[in-house]
Amino acid sequence: MSVAAEDTVTEAPAVEAVPKRAMTLGTGTSLVILAALLVTPVFVKNFVVFQMTMVMIYGIAVLALNILTGGSGQFSLGQSAFYALGAYTSAVLMENANMNYALTLPIAGLVSFGAGYLFGKPALRLSGIYLALATFALAVAMPQLLKLHFLEHWTGGVQGLTVMKPDAPFGLPIGQDKWLYYFTLAISVAIYVGSVNLLRSRSGRALMSIRDNEIAASAMGVDVAQYKTLAFGVSAGITGIAGGLSAIVVAFVAPDSYTINLAIALFLGMVVGGVGWLPGSFVGAAFIIFVPNIAESISKGLSGAVFGVLLFIVIFLVPHGARQVAIVAQQMLGKLKN
Amino acid sequence: MSTIKKLAVVSTAFGLLAASSSGVLAQKKYDPGASDTEIKIGNIMPYSGPASAYGVIGKTEEAYFRKINAEGGVNGRKINFISYDDAYSPPKTVEQARKLVESDEVLLVFNPLGTPPNTAIQKYLNSKKVPQLFVATGATKWNDPKSFPWTMGWQPNYQSETQIYAKYILKEKPNAKIGILYQNDDYGKDYLKGFKDGLGAKAASMIVLEESYEVSEPTIDSHIVKLKASGADVFINITTPKFAAQAIKKNAEIGWKPLHFLNNVSASIGAVIKPAGMENAQDIISSQYLKDPTDAQWKNDAGLKAWNEFLDKYYPEANRADANVMFGYTVAQGLVHVLKACGDNLTRENVMKQAASIKDLELGGLLPGIKVNTSATDFAPISSVQLIKFKGDTWERFGEILSGDAGG
Repeated sequence: MSVAAEDTVTEAPAVEAVPKRAMTLGTGTSLVILAALLVTPVFVKNFVVFQMTMVMIYGIAVLALNILTGGSGQFSLGQSAFYALGAYTSAVLMENANMNYALTLPIAGLVSFGAGYLFGKPALRLSGIYLALATFALAVAMPQLLKLHFLEHWTGGVQGLTVMKPDAPFGLPIGQDKWLYYFTLAISVAIYVGSVNLLRSRSGRALMSIRDNEIAASAMGVDVAQYKTLAFGVSAGITGIAGGLSAIVVAFVAPDSYTINLAIALFLGMVVGGVGWLPGSFVGAAFIIFVPNIAESISKGLSGAVFGVLLFIVIFLVPHGARQVAIVAQQMLGKLKN
Repeated sequence: MSTIKKLAVVSTAFGLLAASSSGVLAQKKYDPGASDTEIKIGNIMPYSGPASAYGVIGKTEEAYFRKINAEGGVNGRKINFISYDDAYSPPKTVEQARKLVESDEVLLVFNPLGTPPNTAIQKYLNSKKVPQLFVATGATKWNDPKSFPWTMGWQPNYQSETQIYAKYILKEKPNAKIGILYQNDDYGKDYLKGFKDGLGAKAASMIVLEESYEVSEPTIDSHIVKLKASGADVFINITTPKFAAQAIKKNAEIGWKPLHFLNNVSASIGAVIKPAGMENAQDIISSQYLKDPTDAQWKNDAGLKAWNEFLDKYYPEANRADANVMFGYTVAQGLVHVLKACGDNLTRENVMKQAASIKDLELGGLLPGIKVNTSATDFAPISSVQLIKFKGDTWERFGEILSGDAGG
């Protein structure tokens, strides 16, 4: 995994210029997918519903990274740190302050936004692979920070915190899993729509101009420093919300859940989904959840190696990830129509 | 009188009939995962990721169940062992546990590994009333039948081990100056806590230095030098095998000869003592509950012979110096014992009932005198250990079998 990550990092400065229209799906396709997501839980087992919920949560986190990398052209290997921050914020508020789980999410987002923004300030002086390394340090440090002795009273230290899983509100006749699925789906849709709008807005154009050419952007009057830090903050904030959701859905947080492996997995998800293509985030998330399972079913002892081979095949065949697949599919459909 | 007698006879007959028919009903009872031909057992192991060295446990268990199946299974039923990888990441453990329970529909989840992964699935399995049986972690909290009646531990917990050392020190060396080296994670801290609890009020005055190291450090030499400089004459060595060997070697190099306590995790002759040098390890005190296969004293032991035969036939590529192989073998035997005791009543409830009524079970891999015991209020199957001292080229057992009293 790390090899793949390194390769992409060295190619870092050349994030492809993705035109903003190519960053999303058409309205029709989006609605069809949404409808499919709405009805699926009725037909599948709770366990699959849980897996789909996890895909959406990782999808949100990958999306956040996509805004940062695909949007503003900055790299981060430290997303797991913000994810952990969000997860712990939610968990601690739920367990120690008895706060409603839904209310903890905006706070988790705000805390992570603040952390991301503050980290983004000094990190601005770095670019490309150096920024990636600085954020990498953050990801390495986070699990140990969570174990700190004086925080143990709140964080539970190495043992982590167990969280109560919420029931459906208003006496709705659906199980916990299905309820959390729809809850997560609603938040995912909101964040997705918000992100699409952000990238289509003036700020989004400013971000993309920075990505494509910093000097040209500043010549046009874009406050490069401000926008870069903001991109970092927004990305961290969204990641924090994903983390908070994961704490609620998994019902447990521990430092071991948020190691550097998570950061690399999120990065991987972004690359597999297609850098800069927002819907690909969810495809990438599905990849990081399901492909290890496939690898394991092929060989238990060599699951890591099998995963590596599968990843290699994907990168080799479709270097632009799911976006490339989608474009090819679209072209074929177009040909059929003609 | 005769009518009364007749009535009595008839009613006894009815009683017998009722008893025998309920006996027939009780004879075959199944929950999901059990049938006339098969028992599905779920398991979760870190086959990949940072703790993948423990994956050997799952492989050994799989091999052992293959042996059981080849010999006819448990009460005529084959064990179908479904083991998944969680890479030691708790969210993944939750996913795999749910897959086992809801998709594969296993009878029970057996021996999942690691404290954080087990914590992550404990509430879920208890709410689903699926046994989380014989978890592979040394943490103290698994012995809590009141709050978690579906979760049961297996091995002696870390805290009771260091409590035993503390008691020993209080008795044999009450004026000791103690230096501690521990790994800075849950395992190290659990050991440390047990030790301090064992010393009680005297902990503050007796401990002169607490040093911690990170797993990522290449060598712990500097910590040893610091410990020597502190003037400690008792050394509590809470380290994993690689670091334990380094510590023993460095002690000899700088001529520090404290009373040396080595935690059970690193009490392997093959993995620790030999690399560190036998002559450097003389008089080190440790504790054990499993037989060390690399220890020459077990060469002709019946339990070890059976173990070797099993490995020859079903798991020939196993590394016999790896203590995890012995661990997996022993705990798998424990499960087979429970399943046998369940008879034809293979419900989850009965599994827990049988698991909670093990009496003085002796297994080939356990040290002489160490027995598996459980009850409705005692969910810590192996709670005693044997103190050992390294003499010549082998561990010498001394003193009686001791049990710590750390409980959930």
